[in-house]
Amino acid sequence: MADELLVPIAADVDVVSARQKGRELAAEAGFSSGDQTVIAAAISEIARNILMYAKRGEITLRTVMNGDLDGLVVVARDQGPGIPDVARALQDGYSTSGGLGLGLPGARRLMDDFDVVSIPGKGTTVTMKKWRRRHA
Amino acid sequence: MEVPILKQGHYLIASIQSALTDADLSQLREALIERVGKYRSRGVIVDVTALDVMDSFAVRTLRDIAHMARLRGAETVIVGIQPEVAFAMVQLGLTLKGVSTALDLEEGLAFLDRQARERIERVQGRIPRG
Amino acid sequence: MAAKGKDTQAPSPLDPQAPSESTAALLRELVAHLRQNRTQLREEWARRITRAQLLTAMTEEEIFAEATSVYDNYVEALETGTFEALQAYARNLSERIIPRGVETHEVIGIVLLLRDVLARSLFGKYHEDFDKLNRILDAYEPAANRIANTVAVGFVQERERIIRQQQEAIRELSTPVLQVRERLLILPIIGVIDPQRARQLTEQLLRAIRTNRAKVVVIDITGVAAMDSNVANHLVQTVEASRLLGATVIVTGLSPEIAQTLVTIGVDLSEMATVGDLQGGIEEAERLLGYKVLALEEVTPKA
Repeated sequence: MADELLVPIAADVDVVSARQKGRELAAEAGFSSGDQTVIAAAISEIARNILMYAKRGEITLRTVMNGDLDGLVVVARDQGPGIPDVARALQDGYSTSGGLGLGLPGARRLMDDFDVVSIPGKGTTVTMKKWRRRHA
Repeated sequence: MEVPILKQGHYLIASIQSALTDADLSQLREALIERVGKYRSRGVIVDVTALDVMDSFAVRTLRDIAHMARLRGAETVIVGIQPEVAFAMVQLGLTLKGVSTALDLEEGLAFLDRQARERIERVQGRIPRG
Repeated sequence: MAAKGKDTQAPSPLDPQAPSESTAALLRELVAHLRQNRTQLREEWARRITRAQLLTAMTEEEIFAEATSVYDNYVEALETGTFEALQAYARNLSERIIPRGVETHEVIGIVLLLRDVLARSLFGKYHEDFDKLNRILDAYEPAANRIANTVAVGFVQERERIIRQQQEAIRELSTPVLQVRERLLILPIIGVIDPQRARQLTEQLLRAIRTNRAKVVVIDITGVAAMDSNVANHLVQTVEASRLLGATVIVTGLSPEIAQTLVTIGVDLSEMATVGDLQGGIEEAERLLGYKVLALEEVTPKA
């Protein structure tokens, strides 16, 4: 019973589109309004990261079930330069673009599960999930 | 999408109507700074009631606006942050520290009025500086 | 029965055996028998349910209708060896009957009765071939056990879900945010706070700030014995989020232990407005609210 949505990220407007679609899907999956906002914010951060560092990529949104939990899975993929030091990138305040950083560590704080796989020169895949207990 | 900016006396009021892209936010920043200079505004209110998400770029831009406005002699107040947006922001670690916030437009205007009065009084020596 | 992977363990009563040819054939025969005698067995079962005074919350028609569904699902589970459909049905059934006041022992009771009714009918059919009867029962038993288990567990899980839902509703209703003066809210926190409750309180407070246009919030933690760093973090986030809504937060009742926890997680206590007790906090809040008006009067030149 999975719903899947693919949002290509190539321009500014796609960041907005990705977070709006994320919010909609989260709403359909029964997440509270507060959680929808949190999910949208996390998606916004990750989508912007793609634009900033890889110029283009894609975000897949999917709803899943695990026992009596409903989940929203967000997978952000790009073929950009990759992150040489993932651990460092996940630290607060670290940024190579002179901004506030906060993209990766911020998104991680907001979501329940968070995983980054990055190969310098090949690309980066960020998988993040948020869960809620099914209330029927 | 251009954000409408109203001039109300010495204040500028920017009312965000819908979701903004990063480019829209940057454009808003430029427009506000330009107008603060042009009209010698004393205060800027940015109404974000319609924003259902505030991420790091939005916060950064608002901080930039407040900083640049202050350099030109204007106080900035961000109004209308939704409860859920505020909650998501603090979880993300975004604090808008150093930027004034108020509940809504009415409160924002009251805040700016108070600030303006205090500034006058400070100049007149009735309230000690600093 | 669907073939399972290699299983070298001795089959337990709850696990269907790795089927041999004959087991599969026996089950097919069994299922055929149950289908053929569907009407009669169903009625027998419904009669026994009434006699055992189970499902008294339901009418006879309702019992018969549910009995039909359960019977069909039961037989299908026996036939396919898969229990997902049965599980889904059990939850669905539970969802309908729990609000009617049906209890766990009744649900288990009726399933065991069905098991018994079917077993007896097998006795009836194969009583002349003791060996065959044995083999049929060997095939039937594990599956029947699993079915009874599935239905009972489904029922209990549904009950637990409903209880959780009710607890949630109670928590939502008990809004502890109090408006005592105009623009002033008080949030007294008592007892042990888990992260979920903490989040809920914050959401309620922020909504209340907006609805009441509060300018000052007093969060009283006198009644909180201890706070781990997670909840302490949460308190800090609540203060920050309230500020974003234009409200000032005063924390009262901060014990030395909790102050230590806050310092440990890196909170600059000089940045957080704290007052010893709730009364003092309210007075400070009133001062803050009144101060602004006072300041205006003080500075406005007289005459």
